[in-house]
Amino acid sequence: MILLDFEKPIEELLEQLEKAQATHEKGKVDMTDTMEQLQGKIDQTRKNLYKNLTGWQKVQVSRHPDRPYTLDYIKGMTTNFIELHGDRNMGDDKAIVGGFASIDNQPVMILGHQKGRNTKERQYRNFGMANPEGYRKALRFMKLAEKFNRPVITLIDTPGASPGLEAEERGQGEAIAKNLMEMAVLKVPIICVVIGEGASGGALGIGVGDKIAMLENSWYSVISPENCSTILWHSWEFKEKAAEALKLTGNDMLKNGLIDKIIKEPLGGAHSDREAMFKTVKSELKRTLKELKELSTEELINQRIEKFSNMGVVQED
Amino acid sequence: MSWFKRVKDGILTKTQDKKSTPDGLWVKCPECQTPHASKDFAMEMWVCKDCGNHTRIGSDEYFEIFFDNGKFQELDANITSGDPLKFVDKKDYPTRIEAAQKKTQLKDAVRTGVGKVNGLKMVISCMDFSFIGGSMGSVVGEKIGRAIDAARKQKIPLMIISKSGGARMMEAAFSLMQMAKTSAKLALLNQDGIPFISYLTDPTTGGVTASFAMLGDFNIAEPNALIGFAGPRIVKETIGKDLPTGFQRSEFLQEHGFVDFIVERKNAKDQIHTVLSLICDKKPRVKAETAKSS
Ligand SMILES: [Zn+2]
Repeated sequence: MILLDFEKPIEELLEQLEKAQATHEKGKVDMTDTMEQLQGKIDQTRKNLYKNLTGWQKVQVSRHPDRPYTLDYIKGMTTNFIELHGDRNMGDDKAIVGGFASIDNQPVMILGHQKGRNTKERQYRNFGMANPEGYRKALRFMKLAEKFNRPVITLIDTPGASPGLEAEERGQGEAIAKNLMEMAVLKVPIICVVIGEGASGGALGIGVGDKIAMLENSWYSVISPENCSTILWHSWEFKEKAAEALKLTGNDMLKNGLIDKIIKEPLGGAHSDREAMFKTVKSELKRTLKELKELSTEELINQRIEKFSNMGVVQED
Repeated sequence: MSWFKRVKDGILTKTQDKKSTPDGLWVKCPECQTPHASKDFAMEMWVCKDCGNHTRIGSDEYFEIFFDNGKFQELDANITSGDPLKFVDKKDYPTRIEAAQKKTQLKDAVRTGVGKVNGLKMVISCMDFSFIGGSMGSVVGEKIGRAIDAARKQKIPLMIISKSGGARMMEAAFSLMQMAKTSAKLALLNQDGIPFISYLTDPTTGGVTASFAMLGDFNIAEPNALIGFAGPRIVKETIGKDLPTGFQRSEFLQEHGFVDFIVERKNAKDQIHTVLSLICDKKPRVKAETAKSS
């Protein structure tokens, strides 16, 4: 297991546990009690560590190399997933995946940003940074869902939209803008879940919905803490400070009325117990789908637009 | 034309104050360094006669250029910024706002006016780059949102003049959500069949480009304006190479299909009026006033 820097207190305990296990497996000494004790200690330490994670620590968990990605969730929560490809125009952006699938017996359109697990995959997925054709691919899927009256689920996990030369040539700004406008009036329910990183317009480009949820250790903001630090403090060194200032955690976002729900993660983060995580997200999706089913199309769209219209704090004399 | 004289008479003093030219008489073209008498420069609509550079101007100047006789009714003039996140970097956010207000004599980075453009009544929102880089926080989002509401209510065309470095970081996710808010409202304007002109000026980047600025029925740009999603410096760092000449400029965007046409500032008012007169009927779905030439 890969430990994050703030998880160091667990490291030694884990090593002890491993040794005990090894001894136990050799069959000479019964280490069951010691192992149980150690596991208890590990759980307690982890619980304490995870009780009050700072903004920056949550950012670290959201980027944990073992953290489940969109396709993991799709595999873990749905059946009959038929992956669809392409924007019917330019190509198939590998940083966005999606298709129709069933959640139990409910057919849905599920799509999201996709990151890669190893160097080769990361490049293949462009680190989860979509190009314009990725946003257009997502919109095509959503329009399909609208046509066949299926709810849309989007899973958000991106360090930002691709900032490359070709992205600019092909209209990154226009692609994201178009999604924001079209998603606002899409005639089927949209549920968005930030499962990892929710950076900037790249996240929002598939993030306009009726219900927005964030996983407990995900983050969502206008910019990453590192880039914020660079711009405002002229150095990467202030990323912890920037993470605090940006109020990018689920708790802050919920408090500020910018999201609707925080989904609890298993102890130690989503990667510590993937199956449990998938189960929780799935039941949350099912609950929300049921809730949104009660609304007429008109109510759905009106409430969606109302919700985003109310975001913002101004003073007026 | 009367508005032209008005440019000469009306806003000169104000402009001199704002740009604080040393003696109030000469302005250097930031592109080719040619000095212009500020009186002449205003008459040229702050476009350099030597190099054609369209220098950056603010809402005062654009309202003078577009509205007949420079006359308009300002909407939502008293909306100012809150500090929802109690944001502090090297300074706290309210201090930054106060300093910007003092420096610019503006309340925030956008103003909205309703008035006539060659006799055609319309709503114009114009961003001010001088106010914290024309950044979009809650005030900009709210005012653009209300400008869209006003255009829908009065059934008159909307134009937004964009000039922005993007989202306002000090409002973090609040500023991000202004992209969704303005785009959602534009979806309604679109459904009502009311025309929306996005007038792009130098520079328009980031969250503004990725929301209302790219959603015009007509995207119209001033020459050589920087328009993009990622800033050129970031793109350059990403690709690790120098950027091609003209990259992310108006002409580049037109070439790649994201700008309908490029217009020189001195022709903008007439051209926009012509476009609108071609699409607004006398008894239209959108009940716009018929164009009357002054
Ligand atoms: Zn010049």
